[in-house]
Amino acid sequence: MPDQNQYSWPPPEERTYIGRRMGRVDGLTKSTGHAKYTYDYNPKDLLYGAFVRSPYARARIKSIDISAAEKMPGVKAVEIVQKQGSEVHWAGDEVVAIAAIDEPTVRDAVRAVKVEYEQLPHLVVDSQEPPRNLPPDTSPISEDDLEDMLDNQVPANQMIKEIKERGISFKPEDAPLDEIPPNIVEALKSAPQKPPEKKSASWYKPAAAETQGDPDAAFKAADVVVSEGSYGIPVIAHCCLESHGATCEWTDNDHLLTHVSTQFVSGIPGQMADELKIPASNIRQVQENIGGGFGSKFGPDRWGIFSAKLSKKAGGAPVKMMLARDEELEVAGCRPSAYARVRVAAKKDGTLTAWDSFGWGTGGPGGGGSPPIPYLIRDRLPNYRTQWTAVINNIGPARAWRAPNHPQACLITMAALDDLAAKLGMNPLEFFTKNIELTGPRANVYKDEFAVADDLMGWSKRWHQRGDQTAGAIKQGLGMSMHTWGGRGHQSECDLTIQPDGSVTIKMGTQDLGTGTRTAIMAVAADTLGLSPEQITLLYGDTRYPMSGGSGGSTTIGGVSSTTRRAAVDARDALFAKVAPGLGTTPDQLEAVKGQIRVKGNSAKVLSWKNACAKIGAVPINAHGKNLGGRDPLMNSGVGGVQMADVSVDTETGIVKINKMVAVQDCGLVVSLETAESQCYGALIMGISYALYEEKVMDPTTGVMLNPNMEFYRLAGIGDIGELVVHMMVNKYDSRGVIGLGEPPVISPGAAISNAVANAIGVRVPNLPLTPARVLAALEERQKGTAA
Amino acid sequence: MSKKDDKSSSFSRREFLKISGIAASVPLVIGPTVVKVEGEEVAVHGPGAVPVTLNVNGKDFHAELEPRVTLLDALRENFDITGPKRVCDRGECGACTVLIDDRAVYSCTTLAIEAEGKQIVTAEGLGNGQPHPVQEAFVNNDAQQCGFCTPGLTVATKAFLEKHPHATDEEIAQGIGGNLCRCGTYRGIHGVVAQMTGREPKGTAGTTMIAQHVSSLKGGA
Repeated sequence: MPDQNQYSWPPPEERTYIGRRMGRVDGLTKSTGHAKYTYDYNPKDLLYGAFVRSPYARARIKSIDISAAEKMPGVKAVEIVQKQGSEVHWAGDEVVAIAAIDEPTVRDAVRAVKVEYEQLPHLVVDSQEPPRNLPPDTSPISEDDLEDMLDNQVPANQMIKEIKERGISFKPEDAPLDEIPPNIVEALKSAPQKPPEKKSASWYKPAAAETQGDPDAAFKAADVVVSEGSYGIPVIAHCCLESHGATCEWTDNDHLLTHVSTQFVSGIPGQMADELKIPASNIRQVQENIGGGFGSKFGPDRWGIFSAKLSKKAGGAPVKMMLARDEELEVAGCRPSAYARVRVAAKKDGTLTAWDSFGWGTGGPGGGGSPPIPYLIRDRLPNYRTQWTAVINNIGPARAWRAPNHPQACLITMAALDDLAAKLGMNPLEFFTKNIELTGPRANVYKDEFAVADDLMGWSKRWHQRGDQTAGAIKQGLGMSMHTWGGRGHQSECDLTIQPDGSVTIKMGTQDLGTGTRTAIMAVAADTLGLSPEQITLLYGDTRYPMSGGSGGSTTIGGVSSTTRRAAVDARDALFAKVAPGLGTTPDQLEAVKGQIRVKGNSAKVLSWKNACAKIGAVPINAHGKNLGGRDPLMNSGVGGVQMADVSVDTETGIVKINKMVAVQDCGLVVSLETAESQCYGALIMGISYALYEEKVMDPTTGVMLNPNMEFYRLAGIGDIGELVVHMMVNKYDSRGVIGLGEPPVISPGAAISNAVANAIGVRVPNLPLTPARVLAALEERQKGTAA
Repeated sequence: MSKKDDKSSSFSRREFLKISGIAASVPLVIGPTVVKVEGEEVAVHGPGAVPVTLNVNGKDFHAELEPRVTLLDALRENFDITGPKRVCDRGECGACTVLIDDRAVYSCTTLAIEAEGKQIVTAEGLGNGQPHPVQEAFVNNDAQQCGFCTPGLTVATKAFLEKHPHATDEEIAQGIGGNLCRCGTYRGIHGVVAQMTGREPKGTAGTTMIAQHVSSLKGGA
């Protein structure tokens, strides 16, 4: 075993592909329509699956009659998903699953199932402020509570505090301890054990206030300016273009082949085995491509489990269950909402002194986690108090959405700070710079990025005080925001094989969400072996290959690149050992460059890659790569990014138009520059989408979603984006290693655009999306204020 | 809808209304047949499965399809041509875009029987077995991420460029605005149009990959 510290990234002069624009290796397969997705698998004798779904947002199932559906010609299997007596928690919740010979037949069969419901009171509106005097939940934490907290990504320190204070009503060993971070496991083991308490039926779950310093005194200080405002961001959907779904078939009585559309290929068998009562090792998951996930596709979900169950009942025939578009928008993922009333104070010179906020939001029936407010400055701001109330409602199940909790916290914080800067009459760039040390370890990164963004946007030359004073209905404005994210690489393993004929294969059970994972793996392997990417074959997306972590939280790039580097270094060194004697040297004197193995500094002593590999002998070289998780020096955590937006607002129609956006982003060592830039461009566009258009519109009376289609659940189109500029901070922070990028650039756009609109029209539009109606309402409010 | 668009359908609105009007009096038939309505001959398909021949990417495909089957479902489910994707299934997103006689259409809102006797081209056939230059430009400009909207977008972009060889940004917004992407690849697509209209030089990214793909296609043929 070599010394772990021998692994390092090659210096810039030795990089041909790493950090360069090498092109997406799967680019042509995709653009020519040949790339296969879960939706595209059409095995022989395929059956089509569909669900009977609850029409009510909350109800108890009184009876289920599947007899008519079972008798229909062409129906091959019917399975009850939620039994009589169960409670459904959102409109569209799955009740019965059916498989039939074709899609029209299965849709007919769905209509033939008779379900009686007892309707229960529901809540689908979350923008109204909850009562403030509710006592926090002090009942002992149940196993369900714990799962909710984990699902909602409640920060570890908050969880540990609650576990200590409230105690637990279950035995720690009953919890899925191997899925829980060690510090929380410790807290569970030492927590007081209490008998379970019946929860009071409430829509609201307030958390205890968190306080630092003396906020009340700080707000009363004589020399401070206080700004107050309310800010919010509604529940939005993931709207993956490839809807959620799976095709499963039993290859024999106890072996299952699955094609789940998933962000976690290696994790699918373990998540299905219990339900299907077979060993996880009997399940093989295969996925070539995935048509979008954005945090919503980690588990097999009911469509995965029930396509397998229906297949079993139908004698093993493959069953495809893909959600229709309305189902996708209704049930396959809600990003939690967040609203807050905020007071924030600074001295007249702009020095921030205090924050006070009362916030709420929903993550569906689980309540939801609290966003890290005040964002970025929480650890170092001398005085703050934050209160958070989770709204338990029936809008649909929460799923992680790219940078969970961060876009929400960022909007609330950056908009409140921007309003304060406006009140102080300060340029936000000066205001943020003045307080930059409050951001902690990334302060220098932000300062570097401010300079770049200022230059690219022309901020200092073009910024004006709040409210565009030029004549006419169209008002122009600038806004900015900043963000951070962890993004340390996940656990990952791979096998890299060099054959005696010179061919090279990498096997890794990872997945490429379109982020460029394949391209990055190829870049690292090619540079390490001195080959070009087309000389290397990458096999991925199959549980027959070594495990690789789920693609969430920007963990993939660190995981796969560090693992590939380790395997490639080991394989290359093994090859050096084989050829060194023939070249009359020692392995440490060799290098692999441009398809050759040669003695460093001696161009005469050289072997072509093919001739070098011929010395391997009959047994191929195989190197197993396995990174060290959190301790791996090839990767790191914590990035900084700055974004600026330039908008025009038509004050007569309320329409907001993006003129330009600038994203300046750090992610340590950039592995694949072009796909990294594409991630940032894509994040800006996704950000424009949620800033201006996206909202899950719910009918308070019926409890159903009113816009479950792509006409009224609007995504930004090619005409909505303006000019986009992305600057990656390359060759600046390389020594930190590789850090994830998927989440960070999508955090700031909402705040930057909201701030730009306020700068244009002179008044804050409190809630996203910034629809014409909301813009006009804000303008009207201001006019009323002026008149009074 | 323009007059030209009306002609692309096998049915005129007038014919359709007539058929609706006489539906009860038409006997059940298997396969397309011709009935007389108000003295005029009208083709009636169905209601059961009828034999359909579709020419896709230069090849004839045969199937027995109910008249209600969309072109998209026929391509994907019957012929296993999966480049066109089903996303919204109601003419809102463009992921199912194909060419019918060189016009870009949403195949999710086109009936399979309407496309009989016409030349249907999907992303797979855009370059006649080679990557089409537009598809190469999608790689050069990294105009794709997850790639699910991409086959539809390449077809739409190719059809758009033929109509607008000197496209302006405004024309791009209008002409390609019917194709939605969730990953956010529009900036790359602007690059594709700029490259294809000669406004900007070809990007260098991905050229080795393209060369390799082309040689593998040649080798495989």
